[in-house]
Amino acid sequence: MVYDEMFAAPGVPRPHYQALFQTLLELPPEELRKSQQAADLSFLHQGITFTVYGNDEGTERVFPNDLLPRIIPNNEWRKIENGLTQRIAALNLFLEDIYHQGRILADGIVPRELVYSCRHFRREMRGLAVPRGIYVSICGTDLVRVPDGSFAVLEDNLRVPSGVSYMLANRKVLKRVFPTLFHDYGVCPVDHYAQALLATLRALSPPSSAARHEPTVVLLTPGVFNSAYFEHTFLAQQMGIELVEGRDLLVHDNVVYMRTTSGLRRVDVIYRRVDDDYLDPLCFRRGSGLGVPGLFNAYRAGNVALANAIGTGVADDKAIYTYVPAIIHYYLGEDPILANVQTYLLSDKSQRSYVLEHMDQLVVKAVGESGGYGMLIGPHSTKEQREEFRQKIKAEPRNYIAQPTLGLSRAPCFLDGEVQARHVDLRPYILYGENVTLVPGGLTRVALRQGSLIVNSSQGGGSKDTWVLRA
Amino acid sequence: MLSRVADSLYWMSRYLERAEHTARLLDVDMQLRLDQSPLEGSARWLRLLEASQVPVPDGGKIDAATLTHILTLDRANSSSILSCVAAARENLRQVREQCSTEMWEQLNRLYLQVNSTTSSEAWLLHSYLFFRAVQDGAHLFQGVTDSTMSHGEGWQYIQLGRFVERTDALARLIGTHFTHLPYPTDQAVESEEYLEWVGLLKSCAAFEAYCKTYTAELRPMRVAEFLLLNPDFPHSVRFSVERVNAALDAIGELTERKAAQPSRLAGRMRATLSFSQIEEILASGSIAYVDSIRWQCSQAHDAIHQIYFDYPVESALVA
Repeated sequence: MVYDEMFAAPGVPRPHYQALFQTLLELPPEELRKSQQAADLSFLHQGITFTVYGNDEGTERVFPNDLLPRIIPNNEWRKIENGLTQRIAALNLFLEDIYHQGRILADGIVPRELVYSCRHFRREMRGLAVPRGIYVSICGTDLVRVPDGSFAVLEDNLRVPSGVSYMLANRKVLKRVFPTLFHDYGVCPVDHYAQALLATLRALSPPSSAARHEPTVVLLTPGVFNSAYFEHTFLAQQMGIELVEGRDLLVHDNVVYMRTTSGLRRVDVIYRRVDDDYLDPLCFRRGSGLGVPGLFNAYRAGNVALANAIGTGVADDKAIYTYVPAIIHYYLGEDPILANVQTYLLSDKSQRSYVLEHMDQLVVKAVGESGGYGMLIGPHSTKEQREEFRQKIKAEPRNYIAQPTLGLSRAPCFLDGEVQARHVDLRPYILYGENVTLVPGGLTRVALRQGSLIVNSSQGGGSKDTWVLRA
Repeated sequence: MLSRVADSLYWMSRYLERAEHTARLLDVDMQLRLDQSPLEGSARWLRLLEASQVPVPDGGKIDAATLTHILTLDRANSSSILSCVAAARENLRQVREQCSTEMWEQLNRLYLQVNSTTSSEAWLLHSYLFFRAVQDGAHLFQGVTDSTMSHGEGWQYIQLGRFVERTDALARLIGTHFTHLPYPTDQAVESEEYLEWVGLLKSCAAFEAYCKTYTAELRPMRVAEFLLLNPDFPHSVRFSVERVNAALDAIGELTERKAAQPSRLAGRMRATLSFSQIEEILASGSIAYVDSIRWQCSQAHDAIHQIYFDYPVESALVA
């Protein structure tokens, strides 16, 4: 059985869904359909689209938006907030540790080979001091609600998490569609996200910049063909900072400048939405035109801050993920507030043989992938697909993990003119600068196809607004 | 402002102006077509292609449907209306955080409308609706731009792009006209030739304004004077050059960069137009005159590019 967000029992809504339930009973479907059309059109006209890879370059699609809000009571949100604050603190301490003394490795809590064999571990970061010791300033953690009604962490996104612009756009639309309902519910606002993000980024600025001027913060985008380009422009505009591409920046004497019509201007903080690999062709992947030659040296010299830091991907590796409860315990001496999902490590022999025998019941994921790419959903897979993954696992066990097929909770959605239940998850966004900030809410992603468990936008997912109640 | 952003705004504006211009040319052509024999029409279509810098097809013959297709919805032609609107939108998309939401939505709407149009016989018959829509869309975008965007540096690049493009397009159109039609005299013209001169005025959205200034009596020399030298009409060459000049001055002040080269070029062009008289221009060769305007225009474009968009790093390392 899965948890139903709206109903405690058939026909009996949970208290915090009562008002929405009532509205849906009274509202003619025609009205909702009209609102849905208006919302879709508004998304298209605003160009709130994402790019699907694997198709022709630059295929734009509107990210489907569902009209019915997902409602989270305040007490549940408090727990999420505390749990995620704890988690980001521990993961940052972990990153600082493994790139410096490596105490947790020496103490045998996390296996050394697991860290060093991670594709996202960056040797170049060894011994490099990052501003305030913060590696992950912007984090988007995927939560799922398991059948007993509690939230569990499915994965941490510590590199360049995206989707926050949809959270803000969805909110804007829903305020128009359900003004009265929204007001009566007493929903916590999310509109200050951009300001909080700017404050977080400014907190990272190198001390040398304080004497000169207000820190210059820029957002580095891979460019217009990136799937999240809309979000990059949106955030830059909301924060009032420059949106730059690699070719707008240059490094001279270990200082980063941007090329403006009034000459070169010094850059202090870069909110980069470019992966580690492409940041600096002199240091990482050669021949990439997305980055800035010499950027890493400027970073090493402390003349520019990057958010997130380089090499954070090691901590959201899905194999390291299994150790996060231990990591929290090791650094903070606390029990994790939010549980992990049960995970099988395929580098472990006995776990591996169990998984290979039960592949039709499990979900298998590549450890370094995201966005729903490189995974196998056992119950929905064919024999050939399972065989393919079996071979992959045998070839590189370190590269895969397995999890039980989760009964993601269901929430009501308005699809094809009627209200239907679909599986959802939740991605709140955590900011870590001077202190930890969570904007109350997040992106609720919806698996739009009936029965589907995949919520990723690239795989036919949609999203809906998330209402965290004030009381 | 980032150089890349300035570059994109400049080109966005140029492309949109180009789309509007082409739409107007075709709109006017459709009206003229009805009053003329097919032979005259076909001569004008070749001029239209020349003025739009599209190669004339083999055999030098073209029919109305092909012409309309090439200049409106042909993706292979980089200066068709569809290509121009798409390029304008692509440029704005790359810098959309620099413009207002209203601007982006307006241009995106125009693009979606143009992009969803398919060529058919029925569409061809009513294509004036399409031409109107493109012109209205461009006008709306300009209005939205003027009332929702700060009139700062970015806005100045938009102005610059629009008027550089307009100067060039006007000069090209007038030049083609002078090349193929009888020498402009100070005599009122009649019937067939009359239609062509009306066509030229309307292609510059200038017919009504001309009548207000000179009455409806059409004298080619006055038409030439009006389109080249009138200081107040927005689609005259002189007006456009004045605007290019004003935008360059403003940009020079905003960026605090002494941009001697573009300002000098634009200033000279402006002086040429301010102190010219139509009799002189015609006497010394009107085609050479508009060609020289176009040449100066492209010089100014190159200079802008080198000073603001793509300067060598060494020249800017003082800061």
